[in-house]
Amino acid sequence: MMLDVSDLKVYFDVFEGVAQVLNGVSIRVGQGETVSLVGETGCGKSVTIKTILRMVPTPPARIVGGRITYKGRDVLALQEEELYTLRGKEMALIPQEPMSSLNPVFSIEDQFVELIRWQGRYRVGWTYRLAKSFDGAGKKAAREKALALLERVHIPDPPRVLKSYPVELSGGMRQRVLIAMALAGDPSLLLADEPGTALDVTTQEQILGLMKERVEKQNLAVLYITHNLGVARAMTERIYVMYAGEVVEESPTMELFRAPQHPYTQGLMASIPKLTGGKVLGIDGFIPDYVDPPPGCRFQPRCPYAMPECRESRPALTLVGSNHRAACFLFQQEPATV
Amino acid sequence: MRYRDYLIRRLLYTIPALIGLSMLIFVIARVMPGDPARLALGPEASREQVEKLREELGLNLPIHIQYLRYMGGVFQGKLGVSLYSHRDVVVDLKDTVPATLELVTVAMIIAVLVGIPLGVISAIRQDRWEDHTSRVFAMSGVSMPRFWIGILFQLVFAYHLALLPITGRISPDISSPERITGFYIVDSLVTGNFEALGSSLSHIILPAIVLALSPIAQLMRVVRANMIEQKRKAYILTARANGMPENLLVYKYMLKNSFIAALTIIGLLYGFFLGGAFVVETVFSWPGMARYGVRAFTFKDFNAIIGVVLVIAVAYAIINIIVDIAYGLLDPRIRLGAEARDT
Amino acid sequence: MPPQISSRAGILCRPKFLAGRHPYAAADALIRHMSHESQLTKSESQVATAVEDQDFVPEYEMRFEDLRRMLHRLRRSTLSLVGMAIVWGLILVAIFAPVIAPYPEDVDSVHFDQTFQPPSMEHLFGTDEVGRDVFSRVIYGTRISLALGAAVLVIAITIGVPLGLIAGYAGGTVNTVIMRTTDIFLAIPPLVLALAVSAVLTPTMENAIIAIAFVWWPWYTRLIQGMVLSIKEDTYIEAARSVGAGTLYVVFKEILPLCVSILIIKITLDIGYAILTGAVLGFLGLGVRPPTPEWGTMASKGRLHLPVRWWLTTFPGLAIFITVLGFNLLGDGLRDAFDVEME
Repeated sequence: MMLDVSDLKVYFDVFEGVAQVLNGVSIRVGQGETVSLVGETGCGKSVTIKTILRMVPTPPARIVGGRITYKGRDVLALQEEELYTLRGKEMALIPQEPMSSLNPVFSIEDQFVELIRWQGRYRVGWTYRLAKSFDGAGKKAAREKALALLERVHIPDPPRVLKSYPVELSGGMRQRVLIAMALAGDPSLLLADEPGTALDVTTQEQILGLMKERVEKQNLAVLYITHNLGVARAMTERIYVMYAGEVVEESPTMELFRAPQHPYTQGLMASIPKLTGGKVLGIDGFIPDYVDPPPGCRFQPRCPYAMPECRESRPALTLVGSNHRAACFLFQQEPATV
Repeated sequence: MRYRDYLIRRLLYTIPALIGLSMLIFVIARVMPGDPARLALGPEASREQVEKLREELGLNLPIHIQYLRYMGGVFQGKLGVSLYSHRDVVVDLKDTVPATLELVTVAMIIAVLVGIPLGVISAIRQDRWEDHTSRVFAMSGVSMPRFWIGILFQLVFAYHLALLPITGRISPDISSPERITGFYIVDSLVTGNFEALGSSLSHIILPAIVLALSPIAQLMRVVRANMIEQKRKAYILTARANGMPENLLVYKYMLKNSFIAALTIIGLLYGFFLGGAFVVETVFSWPGMARYGVRAFTFKDFNAIIGVVLVIAVAYAIINIIVDIAYGLLDPRIRLGAEARDT
Repeated sequence: MPPQISSRAGILCRPKFLAGRHPYAAADALIRHMSHESQLTKSESQVATAVEDQDFVPEYEMRFEDLRRMLHRLRRSTLSLVGMAIVWGLILVAIFAPVIAPYPEDVDSVHFDQTFQPPSMEHLFGTDEVGRDVFSRVIYGTRISLALGAAVLVIAITIGVPLGLIAGYAGGTVNTVIMRTTDIFLAIPPLVLALAVSAVLTPTMENAIIAIAFVWWPWYTRLIQGMVLSIKEDTYIEAARSVGAGTLYVVFKEILPLCVSILIIKITLDIGYAILTGAVLGFLGLGVRPPTPEWGTMASKGRLHLPVRWWLTTFPGLAIFITVLGFNLLGDGLRDAFDVEME
């Protein structure tokens, strides 16, 4: 297991109290595996990957429990300097919003080449940097690498794009640049935060296609964050379904679509409009208040199958098929204690 | 719209504004203050003398004729005669403008060199003692009456501690350097007159600092706010997530954006300097245009009043245009004509 | 002059809690409100289409939540509480001046036997050149300053805000005329124009108020006009009008409330700066005249007796400083509490 997140608990100190945003999340990504984390807005998926990268702002947030292991190393225990051996070099982020994820006042060349040259260090000494600024060969090499990466993401006319400013590029182009930048450090794991959601559907298709190609060619592991089951289905081998800060179901993709077990997943599936028509159902109710979450199973207020034990304690993930688990009391003989 | 078009439009709007202002100040200065001729000559002057002066100055003509004659003169480089120096106001201004310009320039340099770094430090160390101290200092700087702090500085540094001179632009026993630019510091440096240089520098420090206090505070706030806002921006988070070194991120990446933000208020700050100069030059007896202006205001020297106001207005307009051009050049979003700013 | 809110390059001021949530949330709320439908569930909307991450919460609920949050934040910030305390203190001092001042008659009576006494237990701030108790005069000065500040703001708002509303809402030629007029006033640093205007008027408090208000109203017009323009474009105004809301209704019930928070902040900050400007006028001899105990005038007269009799200038200046500081802290606190983006 390359990435092993186990029982991660992250709380946020907010105005109203303490929001228990992540309530024991466990995710695994193996070498070269494509996995997605599916859930609606507000369920905690972004927080999860931010925590993996140790980029959750720790004044309001607090990591109160759990472990994150990457290739055997304890991510939560690392110091800033050590984290930089991971960021970019082992794990990279493909952000959600191409429009605002590139620094608008610097050219692509400036940002990209600087990233390539200095990636992986916590600090760059100023004198060192000054000295290196005379290193023509090093700069050239970095630039060549940037051009090569841009080519790999199928950007037409890479030299022109390199010279441009973000404001001159379309959303789709910027997204490609961001993917190229993510690949710059040769990472083994990509963390993709809702890739393409900010783009129009056609461009999104292209971007997803590009990602699939890169992932296959380079045998990368990817953790996709998405609220779109369609994307999850097209891009990944395994799916984790998240609800209100907990993983409620995990399964290989096809199996999940064939036979969703958790009532929440079933509800999600039912609300996808189908070409064959039929009524689009929703799930009644709202996601719970994180400061005052419902006792026991967090989905229970909205669950059509809610039983008394659902209010008592939180269900654990139980095996319901091959490599398929769901956190629901429907699949347990007796209620488990958390 | 294209930024160039925006600039041209700005320029075109400035001209009627300046014309409107000239009319406004002309009316204010000539119509309202009772009888300027009487004021100039004093209460003992006979009515004939007053009447004669009024004829000379054209005060009996209808106001619009007066205005047109005056503006005609302006385009020939004449700003009317001062009632007190009896010279054309233009000559008076030529003597005094360089002093103010020098003071304002030094104050601006101080403001930028102190204000921007303070803002950066404040943002980096947000909510720690450096931040809180800076913010308290900024708040005070913006609230302090300039004349008060000027007088206080004079008392403490010049009088009691005798570190710096109390007033003036140069020591009375040192003759001013040979006039090349009118800037004492530059002129004395160029002519190798180190005695004058030292004296000029020691004289300019206190008034420049007093003048710069509020702008330092304002720059600090703008830079601080901008950097704090950037900390949450997607491009910073993405860069950090992909391994961009932290100090590069802060001191190169965020800083450029903060400079641009600071630039947006530079025009406004010059307005501050021009306004504050009136007080600072009075307190420090600095022989500049603003002190001349105060005298003109106090004695209702109407041509001088109009002249000073117009010169300041034109200077302010030019500065703002320059700042707008610079801003357009520096910020690629503007320069390359993007309609939408990123959110 | 205060750091002004500029509408540079189209950036406008609006309360952040409303920014970005308007177009969909409000129109949505309106439609739902009208059709009594139950809320869209999140799951439906998320899974079916790729939609932006907006919270579909009806707008009226949102405002109440934010108001609570704002009050809480205001209460938590120590500095803004200090500001509030200072402002309240000043108001109380002004109201109860005759009771607080140890020598209330010293506002105009003279005691030649007690001139130039340094600060002591009987005279906390010493006595001035005609033997008046400086402390009492500073206390009474609070009345003058607060009255001046309030008067200036009232006039400036009465003229500026309606003009801004008209300009923004009517658009077209009306807008152009009004905005070009404000351009005239913005072509020069406000303090300079205020000095010039007060120079031609006799130095009285009323004239000082008029001079400052005369120069300040355009800033309000621009601010309001900008806000009206931006809000006017918003979808939900269209939604309201499509339901048949008339112009006045839209202006008063939709546009104005959004401007209120910005206005409150600006007014709070501006009172301090109006008082400061009044003091500068007094200091330069162009404002309130003695024997009226205006702080700036007192400082100016006291300056003649420096450096020995330092208390004559120091304490009035200190009073100005504390006053402006108080309003600034309060205004800043309100700004943070409302979470307003101000360019």
